[in-house]
Amino acid sequence: MREVMDAWTFVIASYVVGVGAAAVMIAWSLLSMKRAEKRRDEAQGKR
Amino acid sequence: MHGFANPARFLRIARWLMPLCLGAGIVIATLALGWGLFRAPPERLQGDTVRIVFLHVPAAWLGMAGWMGIAAASFTELVWRHPLAGIAARGCAVPGAVFTAVCLVTGSLWGRPAWGTWWVWDGRLTSMLVLLFLYFGWMALSQASEASAGGHTRAPAIFGLVGAVNIPIIHYSVIWWNSQHQPPSISMGKSAMDAAFLWPLFASMLGFSLIFAGVVLARMRAILADQQADARLRRKAMAEATY
Repeated sequence: MREVMDAWTFVIASYVVGVGAAAVMIAWSLLSMKRAEKRRDEAQGKR
Repeated sequence: MHGFANPARFLRIARWLMPLCLGAGIVIATLALGWGLFRAPPERLQGDTVRIVFLHVPAAWLGMAGWMGIAAASFTELVWRHPLAGIAARGCAVPGAVFTAVCLVTGSLWGRPAWGTWWVWDGRLTSMLVLLFLYFGWMALSQASEASAGGHTRAPAIFGLVGAVNIPIIHYSVIWWNSQHQPPSISMGKSAMDAAFLWPLFASMLGFSLIFAGVVLARMRAILADQQADARLRRKAMAEATY
């Protein structure tokens, strides 16, 4: 017996996981960079 | 190479290169994924599930490239004591681990309709899972060495070099052992893949590679800024303790 599966369900799930992970990673890396550079500037008395 | 050893020079380059890589990468990857989703035709045997290739292959490539970056930076750190090498290795770790995880999840989602199973313990899948665990181990070791010795230990660099032995195992696993996973479709100078899939795949690999480079540069800037802030605060505390 052949199992019937909708290919698009797997395609969409893959894109949600891949694009979502990339978006979270980009946002996190930018935010952590901004936070660290602000902390350095404060330690150096620039702000 | 030592011309880039100066953190101030690196920061001058990274300040314009990072947004350029991220911006171009996001645009190219978005267009490539749109091309793969809506313009590429369904494949003769796999139908629409083949569209997962436009995410799965770049993720696999960048998962391995991330560890190659760690290994190259570790070698540079051990041999030339390049001051930015350890920071570059730490910058590669998180994006490398994220792309390895994305490769494993998208591969599993592709395996279910293509092979009828989410997972098999064959050479390719198992060595890729080992790579993810190597990333976790490297990040834990790097964090521990930073906390205990201020990053002045060679253990993560040695681990980074030793772990690189897994990269050729991942690559050749589908040739050395019987595997559910298909053998490489693209090798030097030739491809078994039709141009209708090959071009969006190349575009997607380029886009995600640029995103990877942008994230590595952002991570390096963050780590460098944290180290500079810590050094400054330490100097302040010592000066206050002296008076």
